[in-house]
Amino acid sequence: MNAAFDTVLIAMLGGAIRVSTPFLFVALGECLTEKSGRVNLGLEGTLVLGAMVAYAFSYQTGSPWLGVLAAGVAGSALGAMHGSICGLPRVNDVAVGIAMMLFGVGLAFFFGKPYIQPSAPRLASIPLGFWASGANVKSALEVNPLFFVGVLIALAMGWSLRNTRWGLIVRAVGDSAPAARAMGISVNGVRLLTTTVGGFLAGVGGAFLSLSYPGSWNQGLSSGQGLMAVALVIFARWNPLRCVLAALLFGAAGALGPSLQAIGVTEGYYFFNAAPYILTLGIMIATSSAKHSVRDMPGELAMAR
Amino acid sequence: MSDAPIASGASAGVVEIGRPRPASEVAMRLRANSEYVVIPVLALAIASGLFALFLLAVGKSPIDFVAYVWRGGFGTAFSLQNTLQRSAPLILTALAVAIPARIGLIMIGGEGALVLGGFAAAALAIPMIGRAPPLVALGLMSAAAIAVGALWVGLAGFLRYARGVNETISSLLLTYIGIAIMNFFVEGPMRDLSNPNKPSTKPIGDAYMVGKIPGTEVHWGFAVGLGLCVALYFLMARTTFGFAARVTGGNYRAALAQGLPVGRIIVACSAIAGGCAGLAGFFEVVAIQGRANASLAAGYGFTGILVSFLARHNPLVIPPVAILFGGIVASGGLIQRRMDLPDATVLVLQGFIFVVLLTSETLYGRFAIFRPAGERDRR
Repeated sequence: MNAAFDTVLIAMLGGAIRVSTPFLFVALGECLTEKSGRVNLGLEGTLVLGAMVAYAFSYQTGSPWLGVLAAGVAGSALGAMHGSICGLPRVNDVAVGIAMMLFGVGLAFFFGKPYIQPSAPRLASIPLGFWASGANVKSALEVNPLFFVGVLIALAMGWSLRNTRWGLIVRAVGDSAPAARAMGISVNGVRLLTTTVGGFLAGVGGAFLSLSYPGSWNQGLSSGQGLMAVALVIFARWNPLRCVLAALLFGAAGALGPSLQAIGVTEGYYFFNAAPYILTLGIMIATSSAKHSVRDMPGELAMAR
Repeated sequence: MSDAPIASGASAGVVEIGRPRPASEVAMRLRANSEYVVIPVLALAIASGLFALFLLAVGKSPIDFVAYVWRGGFGTAFSLQNTLQRSAPLILTALAVAIPARIGLIMIGGEGALVLGGFAAAALAIPMIGRAPPLVALGLMSAAAIAVGALWVGLAGFLRYARGVNETISSLLLTYIGIAIMNFFVEGPMRDLSNPNKPSTKPIGDAYMVGKIPGTEVHWGFAVGLGLCVALYFLMARTTFGFAARVTGGNYRAALAQGLPVGRIIVACSAIAGGCAGLAGFFEVVAIQGRANASLAAGYGFTGILVSFLARHNPLVIPPVAILFGGIVASGGLIQRRMDLPDATVLVLQGFIFVVLLTSETLYGRFAIFRPAGERDRR
């Protein structure tokens, strides 16, 4: 029993890092976008399109890192589309997000059909468990370099939002568009830029899905991770560093089902797979309030409520 | 997050009260309201043009595409009836978006309510087989489907009111949870082991299947959907409840200040929405599938979102739009086989239409032609 418990724990730790990486990238992208006062609900579609494009490029060129780059570019294209449409007056950004979600998923399924069968070169992982003797620990500590890239981006984003001129501009636009406009900042321009960069990050998150874990392309690859990551930003209170911790928590929840399966517990597999959704909903209920807006929420988002 | 009410044509009626009516009132109204027809049709045309370019870019003929949609969706009596049959769940899931939209909520949980409603109907039917007369059983099954759907989307509405939880995200999360619940039962405790191909519940049996509308090959879900569109139009446009709901959607604070039971209105509208989607699931089980399985999550709930937006959340406009998309969905198989295009082609077309449609929102109020002289400064 004890050994089984250890297995689950180690599998969950490794799983948390693996499963959290796409959450981390999408959450960082959404965090940046929301910091500038706009919501992009379409990142679920960006994630799926990124996964498909990364897999296709990796297969065609033989270089998984080119796939990652291509996924980012595809994600930026969707982000730029969302950003420019929402820059028009009277357009609702949440509704456009839903439309972009359907559009991205549709494009991914359309162009991704020929890539369901072939196997593309995947991203290599760093074996951080070289010191350990147990095979379980070894496989749990196979960490993909993208995870560290994500953490570095989180650190850089957190620092520059607070300490640089660009960070100030993004925060000013997000806290009060009229004030930013009075400062001579192009509000729509900044938001277009943050949504595009946000789309890039979400696309890279998708590349992780298809090129590392689970590491193949199919139509059921992402079911709501992009959406959960958007909810996760609220939980992380729009702070990139807290996004890392929140993503790890979500990763652990997502790893629960597969970890239990690893020791032969298959009972309620679907319920454990639903754990991240239930966790997300629970967290949203716990952190939201009908009376006042959430702490640290960018002012522009609060005003739209 | 943004909860700006979606502009509703009917709310103009509220403003009209008490204004002196000029002689050309009808003509002026017609002129003002034609904007709500012209702009969506324009958006549809532009999206079709973009999609045609897309098809050309991947080396397919847009003319063939239109021909196959016509043949597969509308051209023959058989395909037309197939289309009407497929538009039934679209009508009901579009209502599930349109009613909450009237109170300013963007609910996209129709797919989850459909799946759970269908599952509830099947789960209730199986122990009743051979015991309860069909009419009683169908009554109970539809009630269960409506109740479960209403509970599911109503929950998102309640969380919105009581905790300020973003209803768009929560309703989509509830969809994923609902599908997981059905999969759990269908692949586990309630699996029909005699059917090894696809995890399903036991069949509900021919006795509990709903027949066709006499003289057609279209099941009763279509007629029920049409009836509900009319009924819900009157509920939202002509009753005190509908008025209170529109006030809540138009100006939440004013509604609170008026002492309207805002919480109950939000939960009620969400529950009505969920009930419609649950009913769609009921008809999918009792008229098409005959059992509950993963085929219930066929994406009707998501296409319904687009239908409702294109109909500008007006229940009376939903049926024709739903039939249009029912035809496109119905012709998907033919297009896939004859044009060698992936089945996701229909999704791409829907994506184009949805994106262009929402972009066209920016055009409202921009064209002076829709503003009768003297009214151009209003708004």
